[in-house]
Amino acid sequence: MKTKTIKLHVWRQSGPNDAGRFETYTAENVTEHMSFLEMLDDLNEKLIADGKDPIAFDHDCREGICGMCSMVINGYAHGPDERTTTCQIHMRHVFDRGWDEVWIEPWRATSFPIRKDLIVDRTALDKIIQAGGYISIRTGSARDANEAPIPKPIADRAFDAATCIGCGACVAACPNASASLFTAAKVGHLALLPQGQAERMSRVKSMVATMDELGFGGCTNHGECEKACPKGISIDFIASMNRDLLKSLVVDRGDAEAPDEGA
Amino acid sequence: MELKSHEPTGPIEQRWTEHKAHSKLVAPHNRRKHTVIVVGSGLAGGAAAATMGELGYKVKCFCYQDSPRRAHSIAAQGGINAAKNYQNDGDSVFRLFYDTVKGGDFRARESNVYRLAELSTAIIDQAVAQGVPFAREYGGLLANRSFGGAQVSRTFYARGQTGQQLLLGAYSALERQIAAGSVKMYPRTEMLDLIVYEGRARGIVTRDMVTGKIEAHVADVVVLATGGYGNVFYLSTNAKGCNTTATWRAHRKGALFANPCYTQIHPTCIPRSGETQSKLTLMSESLRNDGRVWVPRKPEDCDKDPKSIPEKDRYYFLEERYPAFGNLVPRDVASRNAMYVCENDHLGVGPKIPGEPRRGVYLDFADAISRLGKHTVVERYGNLFEMYERITGDDPVETPMKIYPATHYTMGGLWVDYNLESTIPGLFVGGEANFSDHGANRLGASALMQGLADGYFVLPFSVGNYLGELRTPPALEEDDAVCKDAVREVKARLTKLIEAPAAKHGPDHFHRLLGNIIWKYCGMSRSRDGLKDALKQIPELREQFYREVKVVPNKDETLNQTLERASRVADFFELGELMCLDALTREESCGGHFRTEHQVDGEAKRDDEKFQHAAAWEWSGDASKPVRHEEQLTFEYVKPTMRSYK
Repeated sequence: MKTKTIKLHVWRQSGPNDAGRFETYTAENVTEHMSFLEMLDDLNEKLIADGKDPIAFDHDCREGICGMCSMVINGYAHGPDERTTTCQIHMRHVFDRGWDEVWIEPWRATSFPIRKDLIVDRTALDKIIQAGGYISIRTGSARDANEAPIPKPIADRAFDAATCIGCGACVAACPNASASLFTAAKVGHLALLPQGQAERMSRVKSMVATMDELGFGGCTNHGECEKACPKGISIDFIASMNRDLLKSLVVDRGDAEAPDEGA
Repeated sequence: MELKSHEPTGPIEQRWTEHKAHSKLVAPHNRRKHTVIVVGSGLAGGAAAATMGELGYKVKCFCYQDSPRRAHSIAAQGGINAAKNYQNDGDSVFRLFYDTVKGGDFRARESNVYRLAELSTAIIDQAVAQGVPFAREYGGLLANRSFGGAQVSRTFYARGQTGQQLLLGAYSALERQIAAGSVKMYPRTEMLDLIVYEGRARGIVTRDMVTGKIEAHVADVVVLATGGYGNVFYLSTNAKGCNTTATWRAHRKGALFANPCYTQIHPTCIPRSGETQSKLTLMSESLRNDGRVWVPRKPEDCDKDPKSIPEKDRYYFLEERYPAFGNLVPRDVASRNAMYVCENDHLGVGPKIPGEPRRGVYLDFADAISRLGKHTVVERYGNLFEMYERITGDDPVETPMKIYPATHYTMGGLWVDYNLESTIPGLFVGGEANFSDHGANRLGASALMQGLADGYFVLPFSVGNYLGELRTPPALEEDDAVCKDAVREVKARLTKLIEAPAAKHGPDHFHRLLGNIIWKYCGMSRSRDGLKDALKQIPELREQFYREVKVVPNKDETLNQTLERASRVADFFELGELMCLDALTREESCGGHFRTEHQVDGEAKRDDEKFQHAAAWEWSGDASKPVRHEEQLTFEYVKPTMRSYK
């Protein structure tokens, strides 16, 4: 079993108003089987034993699905491996890259204020969903689930968008700190399904407007978001969203004019 | 105390309908006068909060994560059962009910389980209408699969992410109500106590996990949907933040805790790799449909490359011991047998960890690949293979997977009646947090079903019935004495942790030690002597914890993740002790509870004469001396038989 010593430069910031700075730590006896977060757990236990403030970071499921973990590692949101969340990075991958020194930072975006160290506030993403990222269906009023067949390719495509875990890596990776991929994933998921048609035009307009109001930047097609997305969501969804947005602005006669073709 | 289930009588298929027809309602203009607190935003909590908001109640919903979308329901992979009979293979509400009662080893309440099966179909309709992208066939209709050895295909699924998609459906409904102003969301807020006033649940004490502020929230009803207590084992497939604090604090305020010893160990998890491991990862049980489980017959082969071991030296222990079900035996049976071959026969192939037997067995896809072709097998399990390779560095197509059981789900929980009301009036409990529907063992694809049945359909209705009867509860404000006292108590509890006299180790150190005790003595196999030993060790370790736990930073009014963990571990200590006591008292084997003294040919031996009841424990003020109550279970529709998979 391979064991290494890793030098860590970690962003420390006591609260939103503190300037923040990098502090350097040495993680000893790091084994190839440890996950990246377990390396930090181990370091934190030692910091606690020494009476020093442990590094605050978000994490929960540690299976790559809850979207809670969020670290920029050597400049990459969720590290350099594709389709991987921070919690799914194992030290074996870090060893393979030959890294002995790692820089860890929080998501950086005006719309994600830093709470402490590596923890940021992502409630702005919930607010974008509140602006229309749903189908208005009252509990108990649904018709039989098999009454509306959905062609498999459409359902599969909707699924590709629906896999978004809302982690915010797309925002962290974007030079404009845009939430376009996040917003487009929800817009695309619902716009593809027959259930989502009634609110399709009002949804895209409201969600994009809210994204802008919350201070996220616009999309200028860098494509960094797609690369950073742990679920591999395609920027094609941003193009589809923009097309719907344009239609909604030109038509602007309410939902009755919703285009009926799939995106 | 007499435990009244309040279940309706009459023909079982009429009970829920009749019950609804004769319950109290709250008129729309009166609903907005009632405040309802929902703790937890997973399938049960999120669905309940959204539905009650929609009905017009003033809802306050709390979760410890930074967004309600991250509740641990999100991690469920496999699927959700529903008696739709879309496959025309003979499924029905009765059959789903029957399978669930039998699967629970005859330790669940029939009326509740029937209602669950009945509501299952409406859940699928609801989810599809919300845009949940379930798997579909080429004709565009919904696809189903058979799951966990069921004889019918009644499981709906969404790739390996069914929990995620269902939760995002409930979350979207919740966000819609938040936007409408009917639900106020409190993320990063943890419930640390329950407020009981004049015998009724009337509020909670919370800690804001960003500022550390501790405050009271008052309501007319409190709903707990805070999940299970699997993290008492330290290592489990639960998210790191899952904890028992909300349910345990309610228990200390008078809610009975039922069947805490019923815990489920899932057979297909990735084995532990070392001492610093922080959690275990589940691989979907669907892998057992095509994978064959084996270990080497000779201990000296355990180190060898598995591919070099000839067929005759491989021990396919499930296929040999259970010819009828083979690799598809239920979870508890598969798990226990994996443990036997590793711990008793020393044939384990898991990683070497100092001072432990090697824990791990092979799950081999070589036969499936030669029968179906690599393409088909990868298409079926590709995402799981990828996940496995990422964690272990091995490709399951090239070399057999290694798996070992891990704690996954807890069937026990707060005791509730048919209305999901606990023994504290006005305190309702849904989802994994209650004890109600799975008996001693939960079947695959049933957790999502129960969470959503409770959340969308049972809790909103039961809360209405309660408020319809109560009408106006006595006035209570956040600055009344009872609330201020509760806040003060919570602060004192946290101060005690921060000011431990001989502070030495962080809370994880003690959590790991506690987990080892529970896993060893109250895990897959339990014995009288072992449990007695555990009951001696836990209080000793708890004392040491209160003496030596170190919390840094040493203040509560700030973001303090060490304090959050210390407070949760403190409650796990008391719950862990109750688990062992419950397991010791239940002198039988049933479902996930296996007592070595009670077996026939290695199979669980129930004692229906003495233990056909739910054991519900009452807090007495002393963690080591709770009072045991019983709710007798009757079986009118499914006659108890011995489960046999041979």
